[in-house]
Amino acid sequence: MNIALVEYGAGNLPSVERALSRLGVESRRASTPDALAGCDALILPGVGHFGALMRSLGERSLIAPLREAVSRGTPMLGICLGLQAMFATSDEAPGDVGLALFPQKVSALPPADRLPHMGWNQLRRARPSKLLEGVPEDAYFYFAHSYAALDAGEAGVAFCDHCAPFVAVLEKGNVFATQFHPEKSGPVGAKILTNFLQQAGSKG
Amino acid sequence: MSLAHRIIPCLDTDGERVVKGVNFVNLRDAGDPAALAARYNIEGADELVVLDIAASRDHRPTFLETIRRVAAELAIPLTAGGGVANVDEGRAILRAGADKLTVNTAAIRNPPLLTALAAEFGSQAVVLAIDAKRVGDHWEAFVRGGSVATGIDAVAWAKQGVECGAGEILITSMDKDGTRSGFDCPLTAAISRAVSVPVIASGGADTPETFLEVFREGRADAALAASIFHDSIQGLGALKQFLSEKGVSVRQAG
Repeated sequence: MNIALVEYGAGNLPSVERALSRLGVESRRASTPDALAGCDALILPGVGHFGALMRSLGERSLIAPLREAVSRGTPMLGICLGLQAMFATSDEAPGDVGLALFPQKVSALPPADRLPHMGWNQLRRARPSKLLEGVPEDAYFYFAHSYAALDAGEAGVAFCDHCAPFVAVLEKGNVFATQFHPEKSGPVGAKILTNFLQQAGSKG
Repeated sequence: MSLAHRIIPCLDTDGERVVKGVNFVNLRDAGDPAALAARYNIEGADELVVLDIAASRDHRPTFLETIRRVAAELAIPLTAGGGVANVDEGRAILRAGADKLTVNTAAIRNPPLLTALAAEFGSQAVVLAIDAKRVGDHWEAFVRGGSVATGIDAVAWAKQGVECGAGEILITSMDKDGTRSGFDCPLTAAISRAVSVPVIASGGADTPETFLEVFREGRADAALAASIFHDSIQGLGALKQFLSEKGVSVRQAG
């Protein structure tokens, strides 16, 4: 299987690479439009700043190729900031446009509780989910963020409550994303990655 | 459904080996960091902290290699630090495999460093470590591994540090560190009330009851300990079981 990790100068690629290699899957880093072509699946990891991420993708001419890969049906998994980048805009960088795979926006979580939302939290499931197949209902996942998508329409399949209810798992067709870090979430996180790889495998 | 209270084993290293001491002195060898990391990863640690307490420039490449070896063993978050004085050193630690970095002495001397680190890596990656000691009616921040007094009020500094960009506070009680006499709940609670970011309590961990106290009275979001875990005095699973029975939200291993 040909798994491309989108490399844009930030993010936390090594931990995703290690998590995949523990599952027996080798991945490659993709930082050019050519490198994105021909992969069986794409992973967009992310930590840092929405604006910085979108500018880095823009400088590397990766925005259109990413959107094209999604329209071709290539399975794509966004992680943390990678989830946020799939939306149209973010409160974190009001002038910057995201990948806009979803028309909604990413909001600053209201300061009703401690922020950043840092640590292990549980999910509230709203719709059937491929990523969460076989994952115990009470499982904990690792989060580290202050911004989140509060609404993703039908694509919001699981939510988390901290300061406000927000989208924790996003699924629509071949597009998948988690606000938490599966690569940092122990055995249940590994199960999420396995479920995603199955989507990639079933594509051929 | 609520955010779990975190239990965080800490590996104090001389760059290469895990060491431990009482009140920051009398250091002795306590094992290989990667081996301990692998154990805690399986036993249900919520996060791991690795500190270079020697923090000498000569040993920095050795410490970065230690971070790589530790990160390779983990499917949980890793925080690392010790002597970080600028953005480039922070980047080297994160590139080696840490998810967050701690900064202490350099931030007190130069608070805008916190702003620069947060701008570069995000606040969620910047942990302000404060070593505090009771002086009269307040707590004072100490630097250079607890050896140099600053005259700065620890609670006020925590507040300023968060305003500058720190996304988490790691508060170590120098009075309690290594004594196994319980966490400093008044200090932790004072810090916790003063800031809006998560607070990790450190120093004095002993029985499961001491963790319960620091989560309740100390209002800590996370509790850190070293020797009680290294020496297998306290198992992570049993500790979490105890806390769960007392109504504290914790993540069970698995």
